[in-house]
Amino acid sequence: MSSSTCDLTAAALAEQVRSGAVSARDAVSDACSQVDAVHAGRDGLNAVLWEDRPAALAAAAELDRRRSAGETLGALAGVPLMLKDNIATLGLPTTCGSRILEGYHSPYESTAATRLREAGAVILAKTNCDEFAMGSSTEHSAYGPARNPRDATRVPGGSSGGSAAAVAAGIVRIALGSETGGSVRQPASFCGVVGIKPTYGRVSRFGLVAFASSLDNIGVFGRTVDDAALALHTIAGHDPRDATSAQVPVDDYRAAASDGVRGMVIGKPREYFPDSLAPDVRDRCESALRALKAVGAEIREVSLPTTEYAIPVYYIVAPAEASSNLARYDGVRYGRRVPRASLADMYEATRSTGFGQEVTRRILLGTYVLSAGYYDAYYRKAMDVRALIAAEIRGVFASGVDLLFTPTTPTPAFALGAKTADPYEMYLSDIFTVTANLAGIPAISQPIGKIDGLPIGGQLLAPHFAERRMLAAAYSLEQALGVSS
Amino acid sequence: MHVGQKHAGKVGTALMADRVSEKDVRHVASLARLRIEPAKIEQLVRELNGILEHMDVLARVDTSGIQPFVPEKLDAMPLRRDEGPSVPLARPVSDIGPEMRDGFFLVPRLATHEDDGSHSS
Repeated sequence: MSSSTCDLTAAALAEQVRSGAVSARDAVSDACSQVDAVHAGRDGLNAVLWEDRPAALAAAAELDRRRSAGETLGALAGVPLMLKDNIATLGLPTTCGSRILEGYHSPYESTAATRLREAGAVILAKTNCDEFAMGSSTEHSAYGPARNPRDATRVPGGSSGGSAAAVAAGIVRIALGSETGGSVRQPASFCGVVGIKPTYGRVSRFGLVAFASSLDNIGVFGRTVDDAALALHTIAGHDPRDATSAQVPVDDYRAAASDGVRGMVIGKPREYFPDSLAPDVRDRCESALRALKAVGAEIREVSLPTTEYAIPVYYIVAPAEASSNLARYDGVRYGRRVPRASLADMYEATRSTGFGQEVTRRILLGTYVLSAGYYDAYYRKAMDVRALIAAEIRGVFASGVDLLFTPTTPTPAFALGAKTADPYEMYLSDIFTVTANLAGIPAISQPIGKIDGLPIGGQLLAPHFAERRMLAAAYSLEQALGVSS
Repeated sequence: MHVGQKHAGKVGTALMADRVSEKDVRHVASLARLRIEPAKIEQLVRELNGILEHMDVLARVDTSGIQPFVPEKLDAMPLRRDEGPSVPLARPVSDIGPEMRDGFFLVPRLATHEDDGSHSS
């Protein structure tokens, strides 16, 4: 790839499209060429599931026509991007990586997709993901595993692995994913890109297919912090169609680039740096902390003792909510139906052949922890401990700590198939990310270096709705480390 | 706020005592409207027990007096009227439903209904 618009930041590309220096059609065409060049489809990375190039090129041509007619285009004018396959779009399928929704086209669009399009972005494709966002490797997709563009023998992470891979492969500067327990930040770490999980309520979930409603968020991937900040700013804000969307003003996230970290207190929770942490991961984190200190931050060791409970709590609460949310896939109103003579047999045949192994496992687990006799011991207990975890996080921030810094993942990307045999081993991939979802706070993963040629991410966590503060540190860290993605 | 090990006073027993059996898997699968191949039951019992074993740690945590979890800034998420469909559909529901007639979703007859439905319109 040489002198392609794919090399421009999203903001720079939009500026050039608005000025007429670059056409939106050329930008989309370049992204399509890059899809082919890196073999992002089924025959290669398997990052891209569904695309409609003629429609994308037509949308781009319409943007060019509007600009020629004197219209002022938006902040993402002509920027091609991709959305995870569980975010409803018009014109492209929304299958959640599942057979049960194979061929399904949503009759309405997610608010996030609408806001992106209204800002001038062109939705080029839907990306591969673990089925219904349940997984940490994108190996649990009904359409086959996605691969990591940094090393195709390894996973891109998950569940939003296709979106992370599309950004890492230089196809798009921005992609959307979704987070329930780390499904944006973990693949961002594995693929060497930036991933943001916003505060719960910051971005509308309208049109995000529900997995665990009290934990789900739409998140953004960017090649750089600025790409991600621009995308987040575009989709953030109250939406009357989502009752959990917060009526809290949206800060200017890109302005955080000049905020700096001088005087900021960044907590280093000791539970995220256990003795068992891989030395290379610890080393890259220490380098990042030194870099933050060098540009004016104070690093303070803190303690979050409830961290050890985060994975058990998450893997009770999330499957419980999933078992309820996925009850809607019954072959009646939409999606796949396997005909049978009786209603009960139709339900069972449809669901049993439509859901994959991991989704089935989680539905069973969720149904079990909610069933009579076990509800108090598992679900109620987990929700109470979740309250403890959230209170502990609030307490640390209330003690004068502005942000927290941790590794995003305990290791770089692992090999395909390395963790599929033991479900709990796979679940531990989320050990550093689930707390943010349980507490509802924002977090960002960004590249902080490489280990044996593979990227590794560092994570910043912030108080509720303090995305601008979090991004200020992320911009500073990116600049201080000079880590290119 | 006391957290973590400081809460290790009350030890629940239900988690340790009750683990998943083959009967449980069949029961839960029935509740979830999932048919599990008999050959896979044993594997699921093993996997679910393997997962639930890690949940036992929660029994050590004293959560007495804990206020229920609620999202932060709940006041910024005010309840609204439960109003009717507000989303215009770009495609008719008949394009989406697996089987429809006259605007209704069709389902197989319930086992308790004995006639063949030939009189229904």
